[in-house]
Amino acid sequence: MAEPATGLAISASFRPLRVWLLLPSWLVIGFFLLAPVLVMLVYSFLTKEFRGGVIWEFSLAAYDQFVFDRGLFGDEPPTIEWTYITIFARSITQAALATVFCLVIGFPTAFFIATRSPATRSIWLFLVTVPYWVNLLIRTVSMKFLIRDNGPLNELLLALGVISEPLAMINTNFAVQLGLFYSYLPFMVLPVYASVERYDFSLSEAAADLYAGRWTILRRVLLPVVRPGIIAGCILVFVPSLGAFLAPDLLGGAKNFMIGSLIEEQFKGNAGNWPFGAAASMILLTLVLLALLLLVRQQRTTEAG
Amino acid sequence: MITKNRSVLAVLAIAVSGFTAGTAAAEGKLSIYHWFEYIPQELLDAFSAETGIEVTMDTYDSNEAMLATLKAGKLGSYDVAVPGDYMVEIMIGEGMLDMIAEGELANVGNIEKQWLDVPFDPGRKHSIPYQWGSTSFSVNRDVYDGDIRTTSIIFDPPEELKGRVNILDAQGEVMLLASMHLGIPQCSTDRDQLKALDELLQGAKQHWASFNSDGAKDVLVSGDAAVGMIWNGFSAKARAEGANIEYSYPREGLIVWMDNVVLLKDAPNRANAIRFMDFLLEPENIAAVTNFAQYSAGVMGVTDLLDDALKSQPESIPPADAPAGTFVQVCDQATQEVYDAIWTRLKK
Repeated sequence: MAEPATGLAISASFRPLRVWLLLPSWLVIGFFLLAPVLVMLVYSFLTKEFRGGVIWEFSLAAYDQFVFDRGLFGDEPPTIEWTYITIFARSITQAALATVFCLVIGFPTAFFIATRSPATRSIWLFLVTVPYWVNLLIRTVSMKFLIRDNGPLNELLLALGVISEPLAMINTNFAVQLGLFYSYLPFMVLPVYASVERYDFSLSEAAADLYAGRWTILRRVLLPVVRPGIIAGCILVFVPSLGAFLAPDLLGGAKNFMIGSLIEEQFKGNAGNWPFGAAASMILLTLVLLALLLLVRQQRTTEAG
Repeated sequence: MITKNRSVLAVLAIAVSGFTAGTAAAEGKLSIYHWFEYIPQELLDAFSAETGIEVTMDTYDSNEAMLATLKAGKLGSYDVAVPGDYMVEIMIGEGMLDMIAEGELANVGNIEKQWLDVPFDPGRKHSIPYQWGSTSFSVNRDVYDGDIRTTSIIFDPPEELKGRVNILDAQGEVMLLASMHLGIPQCSTDRDQLKALDELLQGAKQHWASFNSDGAKDVLVSGDAAVGMIWNGFSAKARAEGANIEYSYPREGLIVWMDNVVLLKDAPNRANAIRFMDFLLEPENIAAVTNFAQYSAGVMGVTDLLDDALKSQPESIPPADAPAGTFVQVCDQATQEVYDAIWTRLKK
């Protein structure tokens, strides 16, 4: 990583200490991040023990179960297993939609805040964070109260005469989407705000002087500059949405597995298939890593070009 | 009682914490592993005051979570736990329970006759009764006033109830209720019966609104659901909170369950665990639990000590023609794997 010029002298004097200063963070990352992931990786290749636990024998059964369908009793000729692909596709679609909605609402919001006078910006930012002082579980439950059949939202719409029957919102995909969008919106607003705030608006003026239209300025000048903020926001919304289980459970009625609840079931369900839960986690982890790598590479090529 | 809000991370945390287990045994201590909100604190205080034993308690939110924790290395750090019926059988099979010797429990004579010998722990060698109750479903009488004493309410609901059914997120109880509906035995190994079970659930799912266990009471009180599978004490609480619901005793069969205090293997304070079990077999002590949890005790002499509302609540008093209760049975591995496949297909 390039160090800023002003920091050079200071960092040089710390150099002998660097190993020791970095040690705590390496320990934390190693113990709380790498070690559990390694345990999962190893477990995914072991033989399952009935009712939870593993037998220390190498096995590909967990990955086989993910890919091949051998019928309800496990003795039919294998075909492609769609169950888990369906569950993954559902989670990915929901997470992608949540990211798009957060971007569509979050970008103008961040732009609005960043273009206020410096004194009022902090008030607007403060207002964005206010709902997040309350625990996520409580906010999700509150959302459930709001949108239920005889909840305030339906009663308001009925009273206004917009609808004649209560809208069935609770326990639908719409409710899950609403929950994801609402939970992760600030994760989009804040990084986008950070990059828009640093944007030099004289660039827009210069572009306008060169006869660029508003749309062209947005597309060719503003967006490329704030792009890192948008990408950071998208990652921060997409990744946690993928593993979310509160919104699907509480708002969606837990009728359909999402990735998070599928994995949970393997550890807490009746047969307790730990290797399969570990394998599903590893597949998810690999997918997310691949997506991130692709994003980074694409960003590099755009920057280079 | 099974709740869902636990992430993979929590399971990992359990696994990691297992490596550091091994609390030293100490005089005058008792370590309990118990369901959340299932014992009044005053009762634990009374036990400490009576015996001078210092009590610590950790809690869990499902039988399976408890099993996972103990399997991950916590066995040996707790003295007693409170598993449900089928989980007692599983834990015996896993060799996780210690034997209570003949004559070791002074109050063993207080146990009601019907609970002295139970299928999940023949001869009561490892456990004593804690609370028991039934699992069925309750129907909102403002929405539907027809016959509710049939499992068709759940699997083939009448028009008014379609799309307004909440199901317990508990595989064992759902599978048993479905088996009762079809009139097939639990843990059937017959392929046609298992296929029928799969088809029944696949077809019924379109009528169901949600799977929710810890919110089973709230969905009935709020009106989100007009029918809900529920435990009897939980249903009584929902009625007390204003829901106009009736608890059903279906003719096809009635699910019963029992939570039990078990003596864990390698208990660091074994003698104190025995004293605690004797304490819970005293009618006035276990009556305090029943008044708190609103289920039923398995100990003689409790009835007179119960709150008046509890003595007469319809959720605890089946009609004379109600079928005898059936416990959820523990299936062998092959059948359990088919059950799991059916459950996953149901939630696909």
